Amino acid sequence: MVEIKNLHKKFDDNVVLDGVSLSVDEAQNMVVFGRSGTGKSVLLKCLIRLMEPDEGDILVEGKDVLKLDIKELNELRKDIGFLFQGAALYDSMSVRENLEFPLVRNFNFDKNEIDTRVNKVLEAVSLEDAIDKMPAELSGGMKKRIGLARAIITKPKLMLYDEPTTGLDPITAKEISTLILELQKAYNMTSVVVTHDLLCAKIIADYAIVLNEGHVSHQGTIEELVSSKDSFLKNFFSDEVFKNGRN
Amino acid sequence: MKEMFIPPYEVHEIRKHMIELGMKTLPIVGVTGFIIGLVMTMQLQPVLQRFGAEAFLPGSIGITIVRELGPVITALIFAGRVSSGIGAELGSMRVTEQIDAMEVSGVNPFRFLVVTRVFATTFILPILTVYVIFIALFGGYIAVVLVQNMTWQYYVDRVVFAVAFADAVPGVMKTFVFGFIVGIVGAYLGFNAKNGTEGVGRASTTSVVIASLLILIFDMVLVKLTLWLWPAVK
Repeated sequence: MVEIKNLHKKFDDNVVLDGVSLSVDEAQNMVVFGRSGTGKSVLLKCLIRLMEPDEGDILVEGKDVLKLDIKELNELRKDIGFLFQGAALYDSMSVRENLEFPLVRNFNFDKNEIDTRVNKVLEAVSLEDAIDKMPAELSGGMKKRIGLARAIITKPKLMLYDEPTTGLDPITAKEISTLILELQKAYNMTSVVVTHDLLCAKIIADYAIVLNEGHVSHQGTIEELVSSKDSFLKNFFSDEVFKNGRN
Repeated sequence: MKEMFIPPYEVHEIRKHMIELGMKTLPIVGVTGFIIGLVMTMQLQPVLQRFGAEAFLPGSIGITIVRELGPVITALIFAGRVSSGIGAELGSMRVTEQIDAMEVSGVNPFRFLVVTRVFATTFILPILTVYVIFIALFGGYIAVVLVQNMTWQYYVDRVVFAVAFADAVPGVMKTFVFGFIVGIVGAYLGFNAKNGTEGVGRASTTSVVIASLLILIFDMVLVKLTLWLWPAVK
């Protein structure tokens, strides 16, 4: 589903990605770990070409993302959902308008189909009552849920999550993580999840990689990584680091 | 520029912005127009009286307001109110990743956010200018009435007699350019805002300064161009 080969990205003299290679199989959930500033979000943004990498190849559904023209790229983006760290809801639009936005502009759905999809995703994230609220009226957890609903409303094949539980209390974070897993199963999506949250990763991940010094330093299942004798991983997954590292 | 003419046109968004921006600016430009008309007449009246040319007062007011003061004052107030607002709004959308979210959803954010606002400012400013011209002329009349006995009918007749079509058209036409400047400057700076809230603040304040300066520079150029292309205005 996703294949990244030898990806490089730097900002001025700061090398962020230095030859990242990875692949994600269809319907697999891959979690990306790494310390702050190791380029996890940059990796996600390069994947969907919100940022242009300096070098490397990115294949999504067999298409070379970096060689697509803007029209082809937008077609591909219809199959990709993205949950931003702050949910990125359009704050001048109501929840309904936020959800309708990608449908109205990218698909020739009639009003009934749009209403059906809006109600269905709101039901999936358990926020039917929020339909006419403005983003400013929602809590952090509700914003994440609506952001998630907006991302899946087009029924994407690939979902990208940038720190889905950051800024949430542990209970809400667990709820969001469980919701992500449920939706992934219901929609049969492939997911790439950038997170610092071990609990979130334990719930979601089939497979995980660790980014360190610009490249994939470790990979395996969560259990393999957590139980590893490697000093970096032992330090990274220690309770103390997690407590302090949690935003 | 190319993006402005390629379908699909976000007509609903353009209309929404025109109404919003127009309604938001209407009271402030109205009050400003009234005061400018009033004060300018109060200043002009004793000067004309000194030269025994009081009869030319309504005509002078009309020509000054229609040709220059109405369009430029409206554009400057509009820049202060709207360019900064657009800069702050789009800047805020940029730093909170809303523009990225739009791009990811396969929608061209430049067309949806920038083009619609530039269209709206370009076409709403001339309408506001015409409104301000009438309000300013009314303000001028109030100032005239305070110092001399003149009927509204006589005042309007003298204004209409003095202001030719050739005065009104370039005056209003140049506001299309001013409206475009207000929209494009605010939208460009907001759309490309960086560095979090600091960048949003910078986009907002810089928009006003640059838009105001460009309005004055383009006014100078357009006045010269008008006089050169359309000698009847002289």
